[in-house]
Amino acid sequence: MLGRLSLSAIPFDVPILVGTFAGVAIIGVAVLGLITYFGKWGYLWKEWFTSVDHKRLAVMYIILALVALFRGFADAIMMRTQLALAYAGNPGYLPPHHYDQIFSAHGTIMIFFLAMAFMTGLFNFVVPLQIGARDVAFPFLNNLSFWMTAIAFILVNVSLFIGEFSQCGWLAYPPLSESQFSPGVGVDYYIWAIQLSGVGTLLTGVNFFVTIVKMRAPGMTWMKMPVFTWTAFCSSILIMVSFPVLTVAVALLGLDRYFGMHFFTNDGGGNQMMYLNLIWAWGHPEVYILVIPAFGVFSEVVPAFSQKPLFGYGTMVYATCAIMVLSFLVWVHHFFTMGAGPDVNAFFGIATMVISIPTGVKLFNWMFTMYKGRIQYHACMYWVIGFMVTFTIGGMTGVMMAIPGADFVLHNSLFLIAHFHNVIIGGVYFGYIAGMNFWFPKVMGFKMNESWGIRAFWFWFIGFYFAFVPLYVVGFQGMTRRLNHYDNPAWHPWLLVAEVGAVLILLGIVCQLTQLYVTIRDRNLPENQDVTGDPWNGRSLEWSTSSPPPPYNFAIVPHVHELDAFMHDKENGIDTRHAGGPYEAIHMPKNTAAGILVGGFSLVFGFAAVWYIWWLAAIGLIGVIGTVIARSANKDIDYYIPADEVARIENEHSRKLMAQAAE
Amino acid sequence: MKNKLLARMARLGGLSSALLLAGCELDVLDPKGPVGEGVKSLILTSTIAMLIVVVPTIILSLYFAWHYRQSNTSAEYLPKWCHSNKIELIIWGVPTLIIIFLAVITYQTCHSLDPYKPLEAEANTKPLHVEVVALDWKWLFIYPEQGIATVNQLAIPVNTPVDFVITSDSVMNSFFIPRLGSMIYAMAGMQTQLHLLASEPGDYLGESANYSGRGFSDMKFHTLAVSGDEFNAWVEKVKSSSEQLDGQTYPKLAAPSEANPVEYFAHVEPGMFNTIVAKYNNGMVMDKQTGQKVQMQSASAMSDMNMKE
Repeated sequence: MLGRLSLSAIPFDVPILVGTFAGVAIIGVAVLGLITYFGKWGYLWKEWFTSVDHKRLAVMYIILALVALFRGFADAIMMRTQLALAYAGNPGYLPPHHYDQIFSAHGTIMIFFLAMAFMTGLFNFVVPLQIGARDVAFPFLNNLSFWMTAIAFILVNVSLFIGEFSQCGWLAYPPLSESQFSPGVGVDYYIWAIQLSGVGTLLTGVNFFVTIVKMRAPGMTWMKMPVFTWTAFCSSILIMVSFPVLTVAVALLGLDRYFGMHFFTNDGGGNQMMYLNLIWAWGHPEVYILVIPAFGVFSEVVPAFSQKPLFGYGTMVYATCAIMVLSFLVWVHHFFTMGAGPDVNAFFGIATMVISIPTGVKLFNWMFTMYKGRIQYHACMYWVIGFMVTFTIGGMTGVMMAIPGADFVLHNSLFLIAHFHNVIIGGVYFGYIAGMNFWFPKVMGFKMNESWGIRAFWFWFIGFYFAFVPLYVVGFQGMTRRLNHYDNPAWHPWLLVAEVGAVLILLGIVCQLTQLYVTIRDRNLPENQDVTGDPWNGRSLEWSTSSPPPPYNFAIVPHVHELDAFMHDKENGIDTRHAGGPYEAIHMPKNTAAGILVGGFSLVFGFAAVWYIWWLAAIGLIGVIGTVIARSANKDIDYYIPADEVARIENEHSRKLMAQAAE
Repeated sequence: MKNKLLARMARLGGLSSALLLAGCELDVLDPKGPVGEGVKSLILTSTIAMLIVVVPTIILSLYFAWHYRQSNTSAEYLPKWCHSNKIELIIWGVPTLIIIFLAVITYQTCHSLDPYKPLEAEANTKPLHVEVVALDWKWLFIYPEQGIATVNQLAIPVNTPVDFVITSDSVMNSFFIPRLGSMIYAMAGMQTQLHLLASEPGDYLGESANYSGRGFSDMKFHTLAVSGDEFNAWVEKVKSSSEQLDGQTYPKLAAPSEANPVEYFAHVEPGMFNTIVAKYNNGMVMDKQTGQKVQMQSASAMSDMNMKE
């Protein structure tokens, strides 16, 4: 009746998990209780869960990302603490069974649910506004994408308390991940979490690709498109091309596990290297999917705070496209040590190095954007400069590992771990946080607190070096990744320093939470309010509308004359908003519960498939199909905002603008 | 504020130099063999080449960020300036030149440091053959010429090239002796090759560099690089063991075990390594010594045995 699921699947014997469960349960009950007490369920359902508004979805994505950050970081600091303790005969406090789940979950969560969700959140918020569109091309799919990502994250967290998570690392290399070596449910949780969130990500890629191709404001030719939108565009293409590869690779692994097939098994003609090739044919583009939008953020933030246009816009666009194409030609550099011939290795090594040229050019472009500018030290700029220093070092160690001869001793060492955290934290995370600080007033209508933002930066920045420079060193000392304990006295002091770094980063996260709290507490102070919708003297269209923007974004779709459209209009006295109208009724998509229903049924299906509860899986699958059919048959999916209502909202904003100007 | 920061930086510097002095030996950059030496000089050359770009980039970023701050009104401000062909030429050109340089040494070292390439030996030195099998969670070393096998201890004579043929009878692992140089994957049903040489006697750590499950952290071995005479004495010591490795005793050894102690096998059944590879390939194996395809007889029997475990 319950498949493989029995009471023994619940880890009562692991005190850390029981404690965590108690904590999560208490907080969960408290949150649900508060929502009920204040009667907010209807509000949440109507205004958020069923919303197809890209701005609302953006907020939900970023909240999801921050929750994932919390979970992923808890894993990280547990690992660091284990390695600070588990030395010279001390087994530490995490036995391999638990520790191996933690590092697998850490990687999975940080990439799929922190970075991807954060990135999608930024896309959602910024892209439609930046191209002068009223929403994305497929608003319902957008909502569905969010729920698929969210339920996949829930599935990963369910594995904490029911059963176990994968113990095969974040990419679940076979044959270790095959049922012969991992008979438990861990890998199945991994498979279904990846597959379900993959649906969401792929739909996001399609959605933004179509949005950017079809929905740009009149006059916005390709070379007048803001750089963030360019990066979102390249990233969406990469998603569309690479995520199906991930889906297939993981599906084949699933066929091996569920139906006893032999794609990647040791015997029966399986080949594990086929999985490595497939997973990295996705995995390498994936890191560019994440980092290219971060480059986009920098390309918006640096000009805004240097009070100067971006240096070398054309170069920036070409460099981004070059990186996009090249990212498909380098996947073998993740396994130079498989024994391919020297010519194969040389090709992939050199292709990898070539990527550093356009990437380096981007750094120089931001540098020369600052050159002869007037740099305002907003918190965003701290993250940018921290990025420029950190990412340069990460790029250098990346090129080192791109040389096969050097990789033969650095592969899978903690040097590698230090390298990719160097680019993922120093590049992706710093970029996304800069983006959050930058666009927050647009989302919420008030600015983020600066001093806590700067404090958060210093803790993250210094904490990063404390946490990861030691890993470079122990990498050179021959320490490999994923060790649970060790007895080499040379490694121990460095791992203690790395633990200090993890604590500093923890303080950074605490500062970020404090920043959010203080920001919301002080939102009504006049200096924090964003009345004009243009707090940074912005250059692109998102700053031309009010903060937060009305549901339809633009009452009258703006006409684009130049790159940096809004700046051009401001300088030439053109009213981008066409205040005063005439306004027309605006066609809008209606909210829908279909997304959350498909998500909910998918969660049921995924959970049931993990545990072999086939009747429940059938219910989940029928639920998904039924909801999709019902949604397809529903003709009542749109409505009009009447012209009077548009005029009322717009005039209200105009009044505010005039009052501000009069002061 | 600035002073506090400087003080913090000074403390940071002090701590790191203390750590560096505290017996910080970088194994990979202090190699004991020619392969490691080659890798080391490659790492150093490439790092220096990249620092030509990296150092100015970091310094210029910080300098521009500081010099063009808003409060410095004496700095030039060109609110419209955003293009310069000269600068574009330099920012594309210099990194391209460095990458061309790195590409050339990459191509050369891919060939010179190819793990499959036999090492040049001094005259009269015959290379030592060692067959390596990664098991859950230990390393089996078969010396076909000596007819012996060991677990978690690898002895090699110094200044003698060692030809490793590597496979796995379980999940993927990576065979790695940091002091000697390159690593290579160990994969079931496949044979990878590695050529190493120890030029100094010593006891070097060997490990798996690819996570392989529960017992991975203890999957370590000692590499004893010894003189030729000591090596012969070691072989005799192994031969005096009472254990044998054959179709009967192998399954017991191959069963998962953690932190396995060193074991010696005085005699090993000929063709053991080929049998282990062959059982994943319908009994077929490419013998690396002869380059011939061989059909192993006992393969199916042994693989049945393993499957039933």
